[in-house]
Order: sequence, then C-alpha cells, then structure tokens
Amino acid sequence: MTIASLMPVLPELVIIIGAMALLMLGVFKGENSTPIVEMGALIVLAATLVLVVTQPATPVSLFGGSIVIDAFGRFFKVLILIGAAAALVMSAPFWRNHKLSRFEFSIVVLLSVAGMMVMVSARDLISLYLGIELMSLSLYVIAAIDRENTRSTEAGLKYFVLGALSSGMLLYGASLIYGFTGTVSFAGIAAAAKTPSIGLIFGIVFLFAGLAFKVSAVPFHMWTPDVYEGAPTPVTAFFAAAPKVAAMALFCRVAITSFPAIASQWQQIVVFVAIASMVLGAFAAIGQKNIKRLMAYSSIGHVGFALVGLAPGTANGVSSVMIYMSIYLAMTLGTFACIIAMRRDGGQVEDIDQLAGLSRTQPVMAFVLAALLFSLAGIPPLAGFFAKFYVFLAAIEGRFYTLAVIGVLASVVGAYYYLRIVKIMYIDEPVARFLPMPKPVAFVLALSGAFTILFFVYPAPLVAAANAAAKSLF
Amino acid sequence: MATWPILSVTTFLPIVGALFILLLRGDDEAVKRNARWVALWTTVITFVISIFLITGFDKGNPGFQFVEDHPWLGGTIRYKMGVDGISLPFVILTTFLMPIAIISSWNAIEKRVKEYLVLFLLLETLMVGTFSALDIVLFYVFFEGGLIPMFLIIGVWGGARRVYASFKFFLYTLAGSVLMLLAIMAMYFQAGTTDITKLLVFGFPREMQTWLWLAFFASFAVKLPMWPVHTWLPDAHVEAPTAGSVILAGVLLKMGGYGFLRFSLPMFPQASELFAPMMFFLSVVAIIYTSLVALMQDDMKKLIAYSSVAHMGFVTLGIFTFSNEGVQAGVFQMVSHGIVSGALFLCVGVVYDRMHTREIAAYGGLVNRMPIYAAVFMLFTMANCGLPGTSGFVGELLALMAVFKANTWAAVFATTGVILSAAYALWLYRRVVFGALEKDSLKAITDLDRREILILAPLVILTILFGFYPAPVLDMSAAAVGNLVAQTKAALAPAKAALLGVQ
Repeated sequence: MTIASLMPVLPELVIIIGAMALLMLGVFKGENSTPIVEMGALIVLAATLVLVVTQPATPVSLFGGSIVIDAFGRFFKVLILIGAAAALVMSAPFWRNHKLSRFEFSIVVLLSVAGMMVMVSARDLISLYLGIELMSLSLYVIAAIDRENTRSTEAGLKYFVLGALSSGMLLYGASLIYGFTGTVSFAGIAAAAKTPSIGLIFGIVFLFAGLAFKVSAVPFHMWTPDVYEGAPTPVTAFFAAAPKVAAMALFCRVAITSFPAIASQWQQIVVFVAIASMVLGAFAAIGQKNIKRLMAYSSIGHVGFALVGLAPGTANGVSSVMIYMSIYLAMTLGTFACIIAMRRDGGQVEDIDQLAGLSRTQPVMAFVLAALLFSLAGIPPLAGFFAKFYVFLAAIEGRFYTLAVIGVLASVVGAYYYLRIVKIMYIDEPVARFLPMPKPVAFVLALSGAFTILFFVYPAPLVAAANAAAKSLF
Repeated sequence: MATWPILSVTTFLPIVGALFILLLRGDDEAVKRNARWVALWTTVITFVISIFLITGFDKGNPGFQFVEDHPWLGGTIRYKMGVDGISLPFVILTTFLMPIAIISSWNAIEKRVKEYLVLFLLLETLMVGTFSALDIVLFYVFFEGGLIPMFLIIGVWGGARRVYASFKFFLYTLAGSVLMLLAIMAMYFQAGTTDITKLLVFGFPREMQTWLWLAFFASFAVKLPMWPVHTWLPDAHVEAPTAGSVILAGVLLKMGGYGFLRFSLPMFPQASELFAPMMFFLSVVAIIYTSLVALMQDDMKKLIAYSSVAHMGFVTLGIFTFSNEGVQAGVFQMVSHGIVSGALFLCVGVVYDRMHTREIAAYGGLVNRMPIYAAVFMLFTMANCGLPGTSGFVGELLALMAVFKANTWAAVFATTGVILSAAYALWLYRRVVFGALEKDSLKAITDLDRREILILAPLVILTILFGFYPAPVLDMSAAAVGNLVAQTKAALAPAKAALLGVQ
C-alpha cells in the first residue's frame, strides 16, 4: 500500500492528525491554549470540508473493502462537518461565559467527527462498529464535560450506560449476522441474505435496535430527553445535529446495501419505529416546559419523519432522507443558537416561559426563531416543509399510504407545540430581556435562518445533489 | 400576451413593500405613519398592476393566460403561474380588498404597526399566489403558507380569546390540508407531473378519484368552511381584528371554493358526481342550520360569520350542479360575498372602533346619530339577504336556478335559507340601527368619517353595479367555466353510456 493509495481517506487523516496535534498543543501549553485550540479545530474542520468537497466523484474502496468513499458518504460528511463546526463556533462564547473553557472539548469533538466520518463510509460490520464506538465514546465524554455539575455528569453517565447497552445489542446483532452469513462485508451479507435464515432476521432486529438507539428513535429514545436536558446547551446542540445525521446515514447504508433482498423484513421495523417516533415525538413534546427537553422530543419526532423516507428503500427515499437531514441540521442549529442565547444575568434559562414577549424585547431573534419553529412544524414555504414533502413523496411512491397518513397527522399534532412557543414569544407579555447574543452565535443563527427562510427560492441544487448522491447506494 | 411577468409582479410586489417596512427603524408615530403609507401604496400599486391583467385578458380564451414557467424544485415540479377566467376574479378581488383592509386598520391598530402591515403584505402575496399557481405543489405552498401570517394576525391583534381562536384556526386548516398534500403526491406518481394544466386533462382512474376527492374535500371543506367543520370560523372571525376578518371572509374562504372548482370538479369528475348528493346535503344543512344559529347570536361578528357559512353553502350547491349557470353562480357568489361580507365586517368595525364592543344589545337607534352609516349598513344587509338590485341576489338566484334543475328538493330547502337570511340580517339591522337612541353611551357617537367613507364607497358601488350589471364577472369567467363544465360532462358521458348499455 502506497501513500498515494491513502489519498481517498485524506479528510479523515487530516481530522485525526489535526486532533492529535491540537491535543499536544493543549497539553503542553495548558488551559491558556483553549482559544488557539478552538481556532485550530475550526481550521481543521474547514480544511477537511474543502478536501471532502474536492474529492473526485468516482467511488473508491479501501482497506479490503471495509471503507468506501462515495457520493453518499461525501454528502453526509459535508453535513457532519458543517454541524460540528457550527456547534464549535457556538460553544466558545458559552464556555467563556460559564468559565468552563477547556481545550479538550474541541479535540473530543474532532475525534467524534472522525468516528462519524468512518460511520458514513463503513462498508462492513467492523468499520461500522469502530466508527460508532469512536463517536459514542467521544459523545459520552462531552455530555459530562461540565464535570462539577451533577446534571451534566448524570447525563454523561446515563448516556454511557444506555449507550453501552445499545452497543452490546448492535454487536450481538452483528455477530448473529456474521454467524449466519459468514461475512462481515455489506455486499457479502446482501448476497447471502437472498436465502434468509431466521438467525439473520434476528441479527437484523438487534442491529436495527442498536441503530435506532443511536438515532434516538422510539422505543430506544429514553435517554434523549435526559441527556439533552442535562448536557450543557452547546453540547446538546452538537448532539442534536451531527451525530444524528451520521447515524441516519449509517442506518440508510446498512439497510439499503446489506439487506435489499429482504427489504420486506426490515421495512416492518422501520415503519413501526417511524410511526412510534413521530407519534411519541408529537404528543410527548406538548407537556414540556424545558425547551431543551422539548427539542429532544422534537428531534425524536424528526427522526421518525426521516425514517419515513427510508421505509420504501428506494433511491428517491434515500434522497429524501438526505434532504431531510440537511434541512433538519440547519433548523436544529438555528434553534439551539437561540437556546444558547437565552441568558440573563443569573445565567442560562431553559424554561419556555422565559421566551415570553420576545418579539417585543428582541424582535429579530424572535422573528428568526419563529421562522425556524414554523419550519420545524413543516409549514410552507419554509425549508422544513420541503423536507417533509420529499419523505412523504417517497412514502407515497412506495405505496406506504398508512404510514404517510399517520405521519402527516402526527405533524399536525406536532405543529401545536411549536405554535405554543410562537404564541409565547408573540402574544404573551414580555419578561426581562436576554443578554445580547454573542457574535458567533448570531452568525450561526443568521446562516441557519437565511437557509430556512430562503430555501424555497432556489431549492434545486440541494435536491439535485441528494438525488445524485443517493444513486451511489444502488 | 404580456411581455413582462405581470403575474409574478402582482404576486411578489407586496413582499417588496414588506421588506421596505422592515427596514424602517424605531417605534415612534412618524415611523408608524410611514409604514402605513408604504403598505397602502404597495397595495394600491399592486391593485393597479392587477388591472393590467383585466385589460390584457382575452375573455374568449378558456385556457390559462399570462403563463410563466421556470424550473424550481427540479424534476417536473416547476414555478408555473397563470390565470384563467375562474382564477382571475379572485386575484382581482384580493388586490382590491387589500388597500381597503390596510386603510381600515389605519387607526384601529396602534401597537406593533410595522409587524401587522408586514404580515398583511405577506398574506397578500400568498393569496394571489394561491389563485395564480399552475403547479399543484406551488399551489400548496401558497395555500398553506397563508396560515402563518393569519395565525399571527389573529393571535397578536385579536380580541380576548385570540389565542384559542388562532390555534383553532391554524390546526383545523392544517389538519385538513395535510391529507390534500398526500393526495397531491399520489397524483404526481399517477400522472407523472404536477402541472395543473396537464393534470386537468389527465383522467385519473375511477377508484383513485374517490380517495383523491375525499382528501381534497378534507382541505377545502375546512377552508370554505362547510358544515360540520365550520366551527373554527366564528371563533376566528370574532377574535380577528376588523381587517383580518375582511380578508378572512373576503379572500381566504374563497380558496376552498376555488379549490373545488380548480381541482375536485375537473380532475375527479366521476368522484364529484358520486359525492354530489353528499355535497348537496351538507350545503343545505349548512344553509339552514347556520342561518338558524345566526339568528341566535348576540355578537355582531359572530352573526356575520355564521351567515358566511350559509352563503358558502350556495357556492357549493352551485358548483356541484355541473352546469354552466351553477358553476358561474358559484364564482359570482364568491366574488359578491367577498365584497358584501367584507363590507359588513367593515361596518361592524366602524362601530367597534367607537364603542369597543360587538354586543348587539349595546347598540340601538344608531340611525339618529349616524344616518350615512345607517344607509350603507342597510345596503349591505340587503345584499346579504339577496335583495334584487344587489350583487347578492344574482349569485343566489343563479345558484338556485341551477340547483332546481339538478335537484328540486335541495333547491326547496336552500330557498328557505334565503328567507332565514333575511330574518337574521334584518333583525340584526333593526336591533342595531333602528329604534330610539336610548343608551347614554351612544349619545355622542359620530357618523362615518372621510376615511371610512373612502373605504366603503367602492364596496357600495360594486355591490350595486354587480346587482344591476353582473356581466363583468360573468363574462370574464364564462369561457373558462364553459370549458370546465364541458370537460366534466365529457368525462362523465362514457360512464353514463356504459351504464345505459348495461340496462
């Protein structure tokens, strides 16, 4: 193997080497190096983004076929990098305000990004597991990064215990699949699955249970509200964005490339999980008072909608999931930018009621947040509508009519709790102002708001990119 | 054909005005005044531009005109706009009512004026877009987008129970519409296109038509609204600010009727025929039941809201006769109702601005202090109960004639609705305007000022004009309606022939 043959994984290498170099820098220079490490991490992410975008379009397989660099993976890598960069940008002022600045945060984020990039490129069960674990271990650490705070450590521990359980299930499923097919490569499994055995079906169930945990789909969602609420807000913003996108990408790739022959088997699971997530996400969010908990249930619901696109197992379906996750990423980052900005002299506030009258105290922030919430509810002409439009289009194409009808009705129920926040901001009497929004947070909010509001003007490029990328799975 | 994208300009000009208003900084009186003037000029210019649509419109052409077509979402989903004789009256109605709505809220809205005007301008764009979209996905985007500004208009500037009303409005209409969205997708896969002009001639399989029709019905029935899903309307109307009610009654309700005309009838003719008896039944129930309910209201706006439901019943009655005069009656009745009910809400707004109550019992004897108001209110009351010589008469007469041919019993019951409408409208008028001026609070009430006369005058003129000479609207829609009816009948003919063959 020559150095030149490693070129396709150059982005991953840049991330890992960058993370190591920044770690050395941090260790030798101590806590004072935090701003430099933060900046360095952003540069690494930006460089990686450029490398990913400029990679040649032809798919390349590496390491004995365990990794593939294709358009599908590159599409998701771009999303992951953007999500991670935005979370880093927003977190810096937060840490400074709360005197929590630690250089390790940026490095751990970089490592988790490396894990996610392996996940979306994985083409066998081993690299799948390696990617997931690298990501998950990093996430457990940053969930508990505010280590003096019981809520944060509790979130980290809870996430770790339940995450380990799900990893176990996933691994058990993988071993069953390996046992009954004799191979770990997705292509090999696909070939062996043409004559399915009951053991393989069991394996799929366990594997999907593990994946459902990672995307926080019902019934493996229990950790989400607690972890989202307990983790420091920028960490929650990161959790809600990049890892979810990566896990969804992995879900798509495993389902489509390993088990096309027994689609009807896993489709049942996906349909059930999608319906359960949409319905639970919609109903459970109604009673929430804490905005981070509410966003947790909202994200559960959104995962359900994205899975609607996966259910038909078609190229259009995968493309709709890609569009969904792109738009979801933008909306989530913007919403969390607003949540990070909910800060008064007494510190961070998380009660939804604290947003009361925001339209009069901070009209611009209220306007953008309202647009994001309407978008999350899926009201046209905002971006969130098009996200839902494409997944339901795929479901209708695949004749999943019941799923689609339940889905749109769940979206109506879901609209209620988003509207409730809009009502609090626009109709209720104002409470005190928030402290001015830090510039980096405002920057992320502006980008995400502009994307969400103006998406309808020129939606074709994203749609075309997703369509092209989805084809590489088939 | 116009050489400039006249429809897109009409549609998106209000947004430009809204952006100007957003650029205004500060919250003092001067800024508010500027914002009002910007909004007024924007809507007036939009109206003037929409006049070009009338002058350039070829009445003899049943097809779509002023068509614009650009790539949008990729694939077959395109940005395609155009109007025909059925949609053009609604476009004009919208651009015509908007300046009136803006002027009517000139003094009534004092808090958060900028946001209010921005939302109205946004709403205008979405409404005009709904009527001129020629791509079914584009139509849905405009149709559904209107919920956001209306939710905020009711929720922020409404009355005491505004939160309840705005949520009810939003969730009701959303729940109706999402099923239509799924139907749109199913149509897309069946026909391979979202272009309305192609869908109109596609001919969906009979089995599928039934489901598609029901999904569209869910949306349009809520929007129109039809009994028994009308209950959001009285709440929304009562709580909305005056201008919001005017637009709600004048334009938003028409989207439901327009939807039946544009989609249900021509695209699913066999299903429409199948469900026509149900539509007749629901319309007749709406006409009689809501008229009776209207009789018992003690809130003026609620009374007019219920009467709107009843009047929309005539629209659906007319449309589902599948006859030229019936469909024309539907179009005309909607335009007429847009003018008359808008005017009635303005009339309520006039006294509400002075007394800050809509209780019928709080008024009485207004004619003594407000003679001009009494005259104007009288005219619109008469138009509301369909007195000959007003526009209300033409629509109801045409509809009833068409229904009489199609289903005599439906006509008989619907006609009692006309009597009931006279009962509640005249009784309302008597209680508010006639009698002795006894209440102390009313002793100092003033008659219409110049601003109010300015906004009511065009409505008075049109109500009388269309009452005596309805040709402008009827001629405009004649060709398109003729085409629609012929097409629907042609689609139904083979099914009937097959049935006769069996017999």
